[in-house]
This record gives sequence, C-alpha cells and structure tokens, in this order.
Amino acid sequence: MSNAVIRKTLISLAVAGAATLAQADVVIGVAGPHTGPYAAFGEQLWKGAEKAAADINAAGGLKGEMIKLVKADDACEPKQAVSVANRLVDSDGALAVVGHFCSSSSIPASRIYEEAGVLMVTPASTNPTLTDQGLPNVFRVCGRDDQQGDVAASYIVDVLKAKRVAVIHDKDTYGKGLADAMKSTLNAYGVKEVMYEGLTRGEKDFNALITKIRSVDADVVYFGGLHSEAGPLVRQLREQGSKAIFISGDGIVSDEFVSVAGSPKYVDGVLMTFGAPPSSYPSGKKVIKEFRDSGYEPEGYTLYSYTAMQVVAAALSNNNLDPVKGSEWLKSHSVNTVMGKKDFDDKGDLTVSDYVMYEWDAQGKYHQVN
Amino acid sequence: MDIVLQQLVNGLTLGSVYGLIAIGYTMVYGIIGMINFAHGDVYMVSAYITAIAIALLTFFGIESFPIIIIGTLFLTVAVTGAYGWVIERIAYRPLRNSSRLSVLISAIGMSLILQNYVQLSQGANQQGVPTLLTGAIRFTVGDGFVQITYMKLLILFISLLGMGVLTYVIQKTKLGRMCRATQQDRKMASILGIDTDKVISTVFVIGAMMAALAGVLVTLDYGAFDFYVGFIIGIKAFTAAVLGGIGSLPGAMLGGLILGLSEALFAGLISSDYKDVFSFSLLVLILIIRPSGLLGKPEVEKV
Repeated sequence: MSNAVIRKTLISLAVAGAATLAQADVVIGVAGPHTGPYAAFGEQLWKGAEKAAADINAAGGLKGEMIKLVKADDACEPKQAVSVANRLVDSDGALAVVGHFCSSSSIPASRIYEEAGVLMVTPASTNPTLTDQGLPNVFRVCGRDDQQGDVAASYIVDVLKAKRVAVIHDKDTYGKGLADAMKSTLNAYGVKEVMYEGLTRGEKDFNALITKIRSVDADVVYFGGLHSEAGPLVRQLREQGSKAIFISGDGIVSDEFVSVAGSPKYVDGVLMTFGAPPSSYPSGKKVIKEFRDSGYEPEGYTLYSYTAMQVVAAALSNNNLDPVKGSEWLKSHSVNTVMGKKDFDDKGDLTVSDYVMYEWDAQGKYHQVN
Repeated sequence: MDIVLQQLVNGLTLGSVYGLIAIGYTMVYGIIGMINFAHGDVYMVSAYITAIAIALLTFFGIESFPIIIIGTLFLTVAVTGAYGWVIERIAYRPLRNSSRLSVLISAIGMSLILQNYVQLSQGANQQGVPTLLTGAIRFTVGDGFVQITYMKLLILFISLLGMGVLTYVIQKTKLGRMCRATQQDRKMASILGIDTDKVISTVFVIGAMMAALAGVLVTLDYGAFDFYVGFIIGIKAFTAAVLGGIGSLPGAMLGGLILGLSEALFAGLISSDYKDVFSFSLLVLILIIRPSGLLGKPEVEKV
C-alpha cells in the first residue's frame, strides 16, 4: 500500500470514528433567555425540556440513543439568537431545537435552522410571522398572537363591555404584534381604541404615559409586552389612582410579575390570556405531580417546553433521527403529549388553539376566569 | 390643565433623578477629562445594595419607615462610595498617564464586569423590593386632580438636599477648593502640595454616592430592578450631563431637569413612542447652538 492510500484510509477511519462518536447522543438545543432580564422564562424552558429528556431517556431514549441537551442562551436578543443558532448547528451538531422564547429571537434563528435542516419547535413564540414565513422545519406548541388577540378583544367587548380602551405595547416583535392583533379585532368589533402608544423596554418610569392614560379616561388598558415592563406599568397606574382594568397576554405568566409590580395588591384583578391550564389535560397530571414532588412549580411555559421536547422526540424517533423527514412527518401525524394530542397544520401551527382568560388575585396567583 | 401640571410633576421627579446620576459623569469629566461609562452600573449596584440593606434592617426587627429609609440611605451610600473608590483604584488610576482612549476602554470593561458580577452573584432574574411608603397628596385642579406621591416628594427633597450639600462642599470647603484647583490645572495643583490622586479618588466616591442616592430612591419608588437597569438610565444621565455642559455641576442638575421635563411633556402631550427621539433632538439642537452645553465653559486651547 502506498503512503497516500494509508493516509487516506486513516483519515476516513478517523472521520468515521468521529461520526460514530457524534452519533452516540442525539444533541438537542434548548434555546432561550437563560440570562438577562427574561431569564425566568429561560428557566421554565430549561426545566421542562430537561425533565422531558430525562423521562424519554429513562424509557430507552430515541431509537436506543440518549438525548443530550445543550443550553443556548439568546438573552432575548435577535443578534445573539442568530449566533447561538449558528453555534448549535455548526459546533454542537444539534438535530433539533426546543426554543426560542422571544419571537424576535425565534424568527431570525428559524432561518438558520432551516438552512441546516434542523427541526425547530418553539414552546412560546406566538408572533404570527414565525410560521407565516413558510419554513418547513418550524413548529410551535403554543398559539398565535392573532388568536390570543381575538380572545382578549372579544373579552373586552363582550364581557367587560368596555368602550374606552388604551392599547400600549413595548415596540418589540412580540409585544407590538400582540397589541396590533388585539387592536385589529377590537376595531372589527366596532370599538376604536382611545390611545395607541409604545414604551421603551428596560425603562421603569412610565408616569408620563400613565398620566396620559388617565387623561383619555380609559377603562381598559391592554398591554402587549413582558412582565418586566408590565409590573412597573400596573403599579404606577394604580399609584396614580387609575381603576382601569389591566389586560395583557402570555408575556406576563411568571411569578416575577408580582415581585416586579412590588406587591400582590397591584396585580390583583389583572387579566391575561394564556393557553388552557396544563392541569386540565389528564395526561399532564402525573408530570405536574413529579415536578411538584421535586420542589419545582411548573408555571408558565414549563409544560409547553416539555411538550415541545415530546414533539421533537416523536418526529425524530419515527424517522430514523432525520430532522428533515421528521418535519415532513409532523404535518401529517399527531403527537400525544402531556398537554393532550397535538396536530400541526402545513405552516407548523397547532390546528386547535386553546387560549383562555386568566385573572391574577390578591395573593399573587393566577387562575382561569370562568 | 391638570394633565399638564401632572406631567410637570412627573418630569420634575424623573429629572431630579437624572440630575443626581449626571453629577457623577460631570464631576469625573471635569476633573480628569474621561467619561466614566461604568457609572450607570454603579447606580445598578446601589439598587442591589438597597434591597440587601432593607432585608438586613427588617431582619433585625426594624419596622418603622423613617429608620429603614435613613438606615438604607446610609448603608447604601457608604457601600456604593466604597465601590466608587475601588473602581477608580483598579481600573483608572493605573492608566492615569496613558491616552484618554485606554481609560475609556477600561471604563467600558468595568461596566461589563460590574454587570456580569452582579448577574452571577445575584442571579439574572428581575428583583423587587416591597412598597414601603404609600399614599399621595392630591390637589383638585378644574375637574381633574394633580397628585404627587409621598415617595416622589421624598425623591425631590432628598435630591435637592444632596445637590445643595454638594454645591456647598465644592464652593465653600477646603476639599472643594482642592477639587476645583485640580480641575483647573492638575500639574500646578500637585506642585502646590495638593495630593491630586486623593482628590480624584474623592471625586469618584462623591459621584458614586450621588448615584447611590438616586439608586435608593428610585428602587424604593419603582420597586423593580435587574442587573441591566443601569444602562438606559446611565445613558440618559450622561445625556443630561452633556446637555447642561459636561464638567459643570449646576449644568448637570439643570440638564437632568430639562431632560426629565422634556421627556414627560413630550410623552404625555404628544407621543411616548418618540420621546427619546425628541430628547436627543433637543440635545443636538442645544449642542449646535452652544457646543459646550448650556452652562459649560468653552474649552480653552492651552498653548
């Protein structure tokens, strides 16, 4: 054998060896804001995905191979989302991603996953654009903001019978998208908002804005955004003596909303739209109990993240760990999850959305409004 | 009418907070000609110390509000002052004789270090302190009302007091004379026997203490903060310092008030989407007319 041939053989052996090593685990990324002001949501995503992966591995893994999770931190910043997406795809060799959290991160990251043929299932990004882009690999196990906005708008019109609605958003993809969706349904009902304005993410003083809300005499304030701004906003609203009903979306489902608002008394009566409580699905009871036994309350998006991991697992294990075929497969098969049976349409949205209205109480807990 | 008055109240309290933080930027610039980009993060650190101080005081069974607020102010201002001293000592003094650019980069590095240090040691989550002082004074105006919460009154009172004391110290005391001498000509001051390194340290400590005053007051008022909270308010305070004339103490206060009022009035009467655009346009306009800010002295080129 000539030297060149030996060298080639050695190289191919080495490559094959490396490939086998990489095949030993199925790498799945969990992408979200693991640090930064929205880290509470990143924790929900991680806890849910971690438990789902542990449960799947305990039951034999995917085709006998173990799931290995990789944390990818985007801090809810679009630029960082793109760079962690590239890292997941290139150096971690992820086959699928559970995430991201913020829509403004999910949308740019989704294109990188599409190019690399990686399956993406987001537990939380609700902005319609994400699936409207028409990428074949993108799915979500939550609803869409237009559905969420519909639920909020019809509640405002039918139940609250409000005429003077102030619409506030945080100028971000998610917050503004949600506020716009709510506004357009509201207008379709024939109610014109009395005010439509944006605030700056990261600021804490909204007094000027609130004085303006007071001046237009709003009886409902609808806010599209996250709890870090919603907390100070609702607190300053109450401090200025406004009794307007405060409604927001699924961006405030975290206990932190109460601590940011300063006291449970400020969040008392705040309404929000969010998916039907996971405990209403019989299949979720066992997992919820196990979470609680381990000392963790599976609030907000924890079970959505668990569900997303189950969807990823079903797509991969039924298609020989091929994420591209898995994406195709998901569009024609339903998956049994802790949150019931999930079916996806051609865009990757759930066929059934389950938004309901919740109310926060004076103890700082939320429960479904009947 | 009531709405305009209310916006004036909102703007005044916001502006006095900007002014307090702007003092740190302007004094440091005045004395060594550098922009201390870590200053916003010193403010952020003081927010965390506030929460720790409140927790400590309540842990020792103190429940009366005046004692808690005085204790918290005292503890936070002292600890944050120490931070100011340490930061100057490790990040800026070793670079005293190098180019301005190196110090600037060192300041940006310090800012990142502080953010990440707080994030790692305190967690990335949103933090909150409970509401301690509630209630407000209301004036009926026409068919509406104007209100100012007791907390906002306290903010106005303490910031005015802080600024007053500082002005007195700079104008009337020996320490103030040393500061002004160092500001005018550092080399000459040191020849005349002033320990300029010590004066510069003192200026950093004073700047940090003023930021801590703002940190305590704002944290008690809004109740919410995280490790990133120094960024926006730092930028705003820096703008206020430039607006008023960087290097000038009354300029920082004036700049803070103008910025706070313009934000509140624009957000309240026109649109909150573009209030920052408005504030920065105002800044550009003022700098075109008066390149060294409202109360700044034009830099004289020394030959």
